[in-house]
Amino acid sequence: MDYESQAWLAALRASGSEREAATARLHDLLLRAARFETSRRRDSLARIGAAELDDLAHQAAADALVAVLRKLDSFRGDSRFTTWAYKFALLEAGVKLRRRAWEGRELPLDVKGRPPLADLGPSPQAGAETSELLDAIREAIEKELTPHQRDVLVAVTVNEVPIDVLAERMGSTRGALYKTLHDARRRLRAHLGAQGLRVGGSDA
Amino acid sequence: MHDDERLIGRLLGPAGQEVTCDVCFEQLDSYVELELAGRDADAELPGMRSHLEGCPACAEDHESLIAFVSRERT
Repeated sequence: MDYESQAWLAALRASGSEREAATARLHDLLLRAARFETSRRRDSLARIGAAELDDLAHQAAADALVAVLRKLDSFRGDSRFTTWAYKFALLEAGVKLRRRAWEGRELPLDVKGRPPLADLGPSPQAGAETSELLDAIREAIEKELTPHQRDVLVAVTVNEVPIDVLAERMGSTRGALYKTLHDARRRLRAHLGAQGLRVGGSDA
Repeated sequence: MHDDERLIGRLLGPAGQEVTCDVCFEQLDSYVELELAGRDADAELPGMRSHLEGCPACAEDHESLIAFVSRERT
Protein backbone atom coordinates (compact mmCIF):
# COMPACT_ATOMS: atom_id res chain seq x y z
CA MET A 1 0.00 0.00 0.00
CA ASP A 2 1.35 3.45 -0.90
CA TYR A 3 2.40 5.87 1.84
CA GLU A 4 -0.41 8.35 1.26
CA SER A 5 -3.08 5.64 1.52
CA GLN A 6 -1.52 4.35 4.76
CA ALA A 7 -1.58 7.89 6.15
CA TRP A 8 -5.27 8.25 5.27
CA LEU A 9 -6.12 4.97 7.03
CA ALA A 10 -4.10 5.86 10.11
CA ALA A 11 -5.71 9.30 10.40
CA LEU A 12 -9.24 7.99 9.89
CA ARG A 13 -8.63 5.28 12.52
CA ALA A 14 -7.11 7.72 15.00
CA SER A 15 -9.14 9.39 17.71
CA GLY A 16 -10.03 12.92 18.67
CA SER A 17 -9.01 15.91 16.59
CA GLU A 18 -6.78 13.92 14.21
CA ARG A 19 -9.72 11.77 13.15
CA GLU A 20 -12.03 14.76 12.94
CA ALA A 21 -9.60 16.62 10.70
CA ALA A 22 -9.11 13.60 8.43
CA THR A 23 -12.87 13.08 8.18
CA ALA A 24 -13.36 16.72 7.22
CA ARG A 25 -10.62 16.47 4.55
CA LEU A 26 -12.20 13.30 3.21
CA HIS A 27 -15.61 14.97 3.08
CA ASP A 28 -14.10 17.84 1.06
CA LEU A 29 -12.64 15.35 -1.46
CA LEU A 30 -15.92 13.48 -1.76
CA LEU A 31 -17.84 16.73 -2.25
CA ARG A 32 -15.43 17.73 -5.02
CA ALA A 33 -16.03 14.40 -6.76
CA ALA A 34 -19.82 14.68 -6.34
CA ARG A 35 -19.81 18.24 -7.71
CA PHE A 36 -17.75 17.07 -10.66
CA GLU A 37 -20.46 14.52 -11.43
CA THR A 38 -23.38 16.94 -11.06
CA SER A 39 -21.56 19.43 -13.27
CA ARG A 40 -20.87 16.80 -15.95
CA ARG A 41 -24.51 15.71 -16.02
CA ARG A 42 -25.98 19.23 -15.87
CA ASP A 43 -26.93 19.28 -19.54
CA SER A 44 -29.18 16.23 -19.16
CA LEU A 45 -30.86 17.82 -16.14
CA ALA A 46 -32.04 21.11 -17.58
CA ARG A 47 -35.08 21.25 -15.30
CA ILE A 48 -32.96 21.22 -12.15
CA GLY A 49 -31.53 24.47 -10.79
CA ALA A 50 -27.96 25.09 -9.64
CA ALA A 51 -28.92 25.24 -5.95
CA GLU A 52 -30.70 21.90 -6.10
CA LEU A 53 -27.79 20.31 -7.95
CA ASP A 54 -25.39 21.53 -5.27
CA ASP A 55 -27.69 20.23 -2.57
CA LEU A 56 -27.71 16.88 -4.34
CA ALA A 57 -23.90 16.91 -4.44
CA HIS A 58 -23.82 17.56 -0.69
CA GLN A 59 -26.20 14.65 -0.05
CA ALA A 60 -24.06 12.38 -2.24
CA ALA A 61 -20.88 13.41 -0.40
CA ALA A 62 -22.50 12.83 2.99
CA ASP A 63 -23.78 9.37 1.99
CA ALA A 64 -20.42 8.50 0.44
CA LEU A 65 -18.60 9.53 3.62
CA VAL A 66 -20.75 7.16 5.67
CA ALA A 67 -20.12 4.35 3.15
CA VAL A 68 -16.35 4.92 3.06
CA LEU A 69 -16.02 4.97 6.85
CA ARG A 70 -18.18 1.86 7.17
CA LYS A 71 -16.14 -0.03 4.58
CA LEU A 72 -12.70 1.22 5.63
CA ASP A 73 -11.56 -2.27 6.67
CA SER A 74 -12.31 -3.62 3.19
CA PHE A 75 -9.80 -1.26 1.55
CA ARG A 76 -6.88 -3.51 0.63
CA GLY A 77 -4.64 -0.97 -1.06
CA ASP A 78 -5.11 -2.31 -4.60
CA SER A 79 -5.54 1.32 -5.67
CA ARG A 80 -4.82 4.67 -4.08
CA PHE A 81 -7.12 5.36 -1.14
CA THR A 82 -8.47 8.50 -2.79
CA THR A 83 -9.41 6.63 -6.01
CA TRP A 84 -11.19 4.02 -3.90
CA ALA A 85 -13.05 6.74 -1.95
CA TYR A 86 -13.98 8.79 -5.03
CA LYS A 87 -15.94 5.90 -6.53
CA PHE A 88 -18.39 6.01 -3.61
CA ALA A 89 -19.07 9.72 -4.18
CA LEU A 90 -19.46 9.28 -7.95
CA LEU A 91 -21.79 6.30 -7.47
CA GLU A 92 -23.95 8.17 -4.95
CA ALA A 93 -24.10 11.26 -7.18
CA GLY A 94 -24.85 9.21 -10.30
CA VAL A 95 -27.69 7.27 -8.67
CA LYS A 96 -29.20 10.44 -7.18
CA LEU A 97 -29.00 12.26 -10.52
CA ARG A 98 -30.64 9.43 -12.44
CA ARG A 99 -33.40 9.12 -9.85
CA ARG A 100 -33.93 12.90 -9.82
CA ALA A 101 -34.15 12.99 -13.60
CA TRP A 102 -36.95 10.40 -13.46
CA GLU A 103 -38.74 11.87 -10.44
CA GLY A 104 -42.43 12.36 -11.21
CA ARG A 105 -42.10 10.50 -14.51
CA GLU A 106 -44.09 7.37 -15.10
CA LEU A 107 -42.21 4.43 -16.54
CA PRO A 108 -43.32 3.76 -20.12
CA LEU A 109 -46.05 1.10 -20.02
CA ASP A 110 -48.26 -0.42 -22.71
CA VAL A 111 -52.01 -1.06 -22.50
CA LYS A 112 -51.33 -4.21 -20.50
CA GLY A 113 -49.29 -2.20 -17.99
CA ARG A 114 -45.99 -3.64 -19.17
CA PRO A 115 -42.87 -1.98 -20.64
CA PRO A 116 -43.77 -1.44 -24.31
CA LEU A 117 -41.98 -3.29 -27.06
CA ALA A 118 -43.40 -0.90 -29.68
CA ASP A 119 -40.07 0.83 -30.37
CA LEU A 120 -38.44 -2.46 -31.23
CA GLY A 121 -38.71 -2.42 -34.98
CA PRO A 122 -36.12 -1.94 -37.70
CA SER A 123 -35.62 1.58 -39.02
CA PRO A 124 -36.37 2.24 -42.71
CA GLN A 125 -32.61 2.20 -43.30
CA ALA A 126 -32.09 -1.26 -41.79
CA GLY A 127 -30.74 -3.95 -44.08
CA ALA A 128 -32.43 -7.32 -44.59
CA GLU A 129 -30.15 -9.13 -42.15
CA THR A 130 -30.72 -6.54 -39.40
CA SER A 131 -34.50 -6.57 -39.97
CA GLU A 132 -34.55 -10.36 -39.78
CA LEU A 133 -32.54 -10.33 -36.56
CA LEU A 134 -34.76 -7.69 -34.93
CA ASP A 135 -37.90 -9.62 -35.89
CA ALA A 136 -36.42 -12.79 -34.42
CA ILE A 137 -35.41 -10.94 -31.24
CA ARG A 138 -38.92 -9.51 -30.84
CA GLU A 139 -40.44 -12.96 -31.22
CA ALA A 140 -37.93 -14.52 -28.82
CA ILE A 141 -38.59 -11.82 -26.21
CA GLU A 142 -42.29 -12.69 -26.22
CA LYS A 143 -41.91 -16.46 -26.39
CA GLU A 144 -38.65 -17.42 -24.72
CA LEU A 145 -38.35 -15.13 -21.72
CA THR A 146 -40.19 -15.19 -18.42
CA PRO A 147 -42.51 -12.19 -17.88
CA HIS A 148 -40.03 -10.69 -15.40
CA GLN A 149 -37.05 -11.17 -17.76
CA ARG A 150 -39.08 -9.63 -20.58
CA ASP A 151 -40.12 -6.58 -18.53
CA VAL A 152 -36.61 -5.86 -17.24
CA LEU A 153 -34.97 -6.36 -20.65
CA VAL A 154 -37.48 -4.16 -22.47
CA ALA A 155 -37.47 -1.40 -19.84
CA VAL A 156 -33.66 -1.16 -19.69
CA THR A 157 -32.64 -1.79 -23.29
CA VAL A 158 -35.62 -0.62 -25.40
CA ASN A 159 -37.19 2.06 -23.20
CA GLU A 160 -33.76 3.03 -21.75
CA VAL A 161 -34.94 3.33 -18.16
CA PRO A 162 -31.84 3.57 -15.90
CA ILE A 163 -31.44 0.29 -14.07
CA ASP A 164 -31.25 1.87 -10.61
CA VAL A 165 -34.45 3.86 -11.31
CA LEU A 166 -36.14 0.63 -12.38
CA ALA A 167 -34.80 -1.14 -9.28
CA GLU A 168 -36.26 1.55 -7.03
CA ARG A 169 -39.69 1.34 -8.73
CA MET A 170 -39.71 -2.47 -8.64
CA GLY A 171 -38.49 -2.70 -5.04
CA SER A 172 -35.37 -4.53 -6.17
CA THR A 173 -31.65 -3.82 -6.43
CA ARG A 174 -29.43 -2.88 -9.35
CA GLY A 175 -27.45 -6.10 -8.93
CA ALA A 176 -30.55 -8.31 -8.89
CA LEU A 177 -32.04 -6.64 -11.97
CA TYR A 178 -28.76 -6.85 -13.86
CA LYS A 179 -28.65 -10.59 -13.11
CA THR A 180 -32.14 -10.87 -14.62
CA LEU A 181 -31.03 -8.84 -17.65
CA HIS A 182 -27.92 -10.99 -18.05
CA ASP A 183 -29.94 -14.22 -17.91
CA ALA A 184 -32.46 -12.84 -20.44
CA ARG A 185 -29.67 -11.90 -22.86
CA ARG A 186 -28.08 -15.34 -22.53
CA ARG A 187 -31.40 -16.97 -23.29
CA LEU A 188 -31.97 -14.77 -26.33
CA ARG A 189 -28.46 -15.41 -27.66
CA ALA A 190 -28.81 -19.16 -27.23
CA HIS A 191 -32.22 -19.19 -28.94
CA LEU A 192 -31.12 -17.01 -31.86
CA GLY A 193 -27.88 -18.96 -32.26
CA ALA A 194 -29.86 -22.21 -32.41
CA GLN A 195 -31.86 -20.69 -35.26
CA GLY A 196 -28.63 -20.06 -37.15
CA LEU A 197 -28.78 -16.28 -36.75
CA ARG A 198 -25.53 -14.37 -36.37
CA VAL A 199 -25.61 -12.67 -32.98
CA GLY A 200 -21.96 -11.54 -32.75
CA GLY A 201 -19.20 -12.83 -30.47
CA SER A 202 -19.44 -16.07 -28.54
CA ASP A 203 -20.51 -17.00 -25.06
CA ALA A 204 -17.33 -18.96 -24.41
CA MET B 1 -22.75 2.60 -35.43
CA HIS B 2 -26.33 2.62 -36.77
CA ASP B 3 -29.23 2.93 -34.28
CA ASP B 4 -30.49 -0.57 -35.17
CA GLU B 5 -27.09 -2.08 -34.41
CA ARG B 6 -26.88 -0.14 -31.15
CA LEU B 7 -30.34 -1.42 -30.18
CA ILE B 8 -29.34 -5.00 -31.02
CA GLY B 9 -26.17 -4.51 -28.98
CA ARG B 10 -28.20 -3.33 -25.98
CA LEU B 11 -30.71 -6.18 -26.32
CA LEU B 12 -28.19 -8.99 -26.65
CA GLY B 13 -25.43 -7.52 -24.46
CA PRO B 14 -21.81 -8.58 -24.51
CA ALA B 15 -20.93 -12.12 -25.56
CA GLY B 16 -18.11 -12.82 -23.13
CA GLN B 17 -18.11 -13.73 -19.45
CA GLU B 18 -18.74 -10.75 -17.22
CA VAL B 19 -18.58 -9.84 -13.56
CA THR B 20 -21.64 -8.76 -11.57
CA CYS B 21 -22.48 -5.13 -10.69
CA ASP B 22 -21.19 -5.69 -7.14
CA VAL B 23 -17.85 -7.09 -8.32
CA CYS B 24 -17.60 -4.32 -10.89
CA PHE B 25 -17.95 -1.69 -8.17
CA GLU B 26 -15.47 -3.53 -5.96
CA GLN B 27 -12.82 -3.59 -8.70
CA LEU B 28 -13.59 -0.28 -10.40
CA ASP B 29 -10.85 1.74 -8.67
CA SER B 30 -8.18 -0.85 -9.46
CA TYR B 31 -9.40 -1.16 -13.04
CA VAL B 32 -9.24 2.61 -13.58
CA GLU B 33 -5.75 2.86 -12.10
CA LEU B 34 -4.52 0.03 -14.35
CA GLU B 35 -5.99 1.85 -17.35
CA LEU B 36 -4.40 5.16 -16.33
CA ALA B 37 -1.06 3.40 -15.85
CA GLY B 38 -1.30 2.08 -19.42
CA ARG B 39 -1.48 -1.54 -18.25
CA ASP B 40 -3.71 -4.26 -19.66
CA ALA B 41 -6.62 -3.80 -17.25
CA ASP B 42 -8.78 -6.34 -19.11
CA ALA B 43 -6.17 -9.09 -18.74
CA GLU B 44 -5.60 -8.33 -15.05
CA LEU B 45 -9.29 -7.99 -14.18
CA PRO B 46 -11.18 -10.22 -16.62
CA GLY B 47 -14.91 -9.76 -17.01
CA MET B 48 -14.85 -6.04 -16.27
CA ARG B 49 -14.85 -4.83 -19.88
CA SER B 50 -17.78 -7.05 -20.86
CA HIS B 51 -19.77 -5.87 -17.86
CA LEU B 52 -19.09 -2.23 -18.67
CA GLU B 53 -20.31 -2.86 -22.22
CA GLY B 54 -23.49 -4.48 -20.92
CA CYS B 55 -24.40 -2.29 -17.94
CA PRO B 56 -25.06 1.39 -18.72
CA ALA B 57 -25.10 2.43 -15.04
CA CYS B 58 -21.72 0.83 -14.25
CA ALA B 59 -20.36 2.25 -17.52
CA GLU B 60 -21.38 5.73 -16.33
CA ASP B 61 -19.64 5.16 -13.00
CA HIS B 62 -16.52 4.01 -14.84
CA GLU B 63 -16.55 6.96 -17.20
CA SER B 64 -16.95 9.38 -14.29
CA LEU B 65 -14.20 7.83 -12.17
CA ILE B 66 -11.62 7.77 -14.94
CA ALA B 67 -12.48 11.36 -15.93
CA PHE B 68 -12.32 12.65 -12.35
CA VAL B 69 -9.11 10.84 -11.37
CA SER B 70 -7.45 11.96 -14.61
CA ARG B 71 -8.41 15.55 -13.87
CA GLU B 72 -7.20 15.35 -10.27
CA ARG B 73 -3.80 14.14 -11.41
CA THR B 74 -3.14 16.89 -13.95
